[in-house]
Amino acid sequence: MVVCTGCSLLCEDIELVLKDGSISQAKNLCRKGYAHFQALFTERTRPTIDGKEVSLDQAIGKAAEILKSAERPLLYGWSNSSLEAQAAGIDLARRLGATIDDTSSFCQGILMELVLTGKVPTCTLDDVRNYADTSVFWGADPSNSYPRLLSRFAYYPRGEKRQKSYEEERICIAVDVRKSATARLCSNYYFRVPPGQDAEFIESILAVLDGKIPRFGDKKRMIELGTVLRKTEYGVLFPGFGMVSSLQEKTDLLVRLAAKLNEMSTFKVIPIVGHYNMRGFNQLLLDETGFINRVSFQGGKVIHGPEQSVMAAAKNCDAALVIGADPLSALPFGTARALAKTSLIAIDPRQTLTTNAARVVIPSAMYGLEAGGSSLRLDGAKIEFEAIFKTGNLSDEQILTRIKEAI
Amino acid sequence: MVSAMEIYQLLPKEACKECGYVSCMALAVALLNREKKLEDCPSLQNLKYQDKFKKLKELLAPLEKASETGLIIHPEKCFGCGNCVVACPVNVAAEPTRCAVGLGPQGDKVILTVEDGVVKCMNVKECRRFGPNKVLCNACTVTCPSQAIEFV
Repeated sequence: MVVCTGCSLLCEDIELVLKDGSISQAKNLCRKGYAHFQALFTERTRPTIDGKEVSLDQAIGKAAEILKSAERPLLYGWSNSSLEAQAAGIDLARRLGATIDDTSSFCQGILMELVLTGKVPTCTLDDVRNYADTSVFWGADPSNSYPRLLSRFAYYPRGEKRQKSYEEERICIAVDVRKSATARLCSNYYFRVPPGQDAEFIESILAVLDGKIPRFGDKKRMIELGTVLRKTEYGVLFPGFGMVSSLQEKTDLLVRLAAKLNEMSTFKVIPIVGHYNMRGFNQLLLDETGFINRVSFQGGKVIHGPEQSVMAAAKNCDAALVIGADPLSALPFGTARALAKTSLIAIDPRQTLTTNAARVVIPSAMYGLEAGGSSLRLDGAKIEFEAIFKTGNLSDEQILTRIKEAI
Repeated sequence: MVSAMEIYQLLPKEACKECGYVSCMALAVALLNREKKLEDCPSLQNLKYQDKFKKLKELLAPLEKASETGLIIHPEKCFGCGNCVVACPVNVAAEPTRCAVGLGPQGDKVILTVEDGVVKCMNVKECRRFGPNKVLCNACTVTCPSQAIEFV
């Protein structure tokens, strides 16, 4: 049994048949996970400085030198590393007085903050399987992003209190701008919301739940949705990136919706996060500093704010360490260009646009395949995994420890 | 998926009954169920129906890939999500501690399993659509988000 680190579900029932150092058969692995495992054999990085291949020690030495001489370093990425590597990273940031931020900063960070600080109630995925009778996928398409979420927890499996499962006892609702693959499975319970109007949609639901006539959308359908939500015994809301980008700063509406639904029945929120250990980093930094992301340790103090986000820090920093992320592909052009012009150090197992533009590239081991560790699933459960392949690559944690030693 | 009507439209419609059926429509249904072959229709072998014969051959080509129960899997469309694996009643009965609670199957008694990222079909004879007491179960097709599973 192997753990797949392809997404934050961290499936533990994977069976692999290995032959001559490669995978000859993989059972129970979804398409996304299979591609993740195959990625081990293609487009791997080599240690380089300014495009020239060097030894690993030289690359690590150069990275330490750049970070040491930098006045305002930025440490970014972290969502694809184990908890141990993330803890080492936060320690490194503290020592350097650096700014540290992760991919949640421009992703589901706002939702994660609500969940981790207890503003909205949450539960584990095992609770979802055992008790939930209504799952709402809002601005998310787990069939594509988390292929096994519906089959393992949210809709199809039989649970302790849900023996009849999807046939009689479970309902799955999709709220999305388009009829996604997941929405197709929800048949009658697909609600289309025009792009950017999720706030109005939530207000309409709140109105219906108060017994008023909704102002927005198809009145009949909204009342139908209200009735379903009212009848729910144990509901779970899975908000995705679609909801975050539409609501922007109006997340108090989500808090109000969760509170209203909890007055009538039990309703939990589990955000669908982007990378497999995004929640882990947010949790660690919250425990350490009281903030989930966008933190600067400059001058030995903990400073938090939008100025410390990767978007702003990329333009002010004089050196950047990017680990397990590809900001040059993912961030807006202005930020990406600013980042590419700084002294960029990339730690990544595979080639990306960021490693191609980086001054120093340090190859690392892929977690779950070449390196062991632990990680937090999207519901916060801690999952441990071990290395399957024995390759010479150092894990993120080992690389960071060596950089710290050199500094 | 091809329908019996589409096949019927391309048949000679001469009602010669030489295939053993009372009408061409009955033959179309038999062709769809893979009980008869195009070669069993003598009129269709006639040169004037050459074009129709070719079109029918193309139309019926995907059916050759179907399993005995008429199950066709399009691996290129499959996400490997395992919805069908968990929903299939035979899978659930075969592995109540694994398939029933959302985990992947371990044994080889199941019908559907996910292998190398896509769904694979085995033990078709266990399928509820097979045998004398067959029922028109469609648990695997309605739970597929990408329409990767079809029945003839």
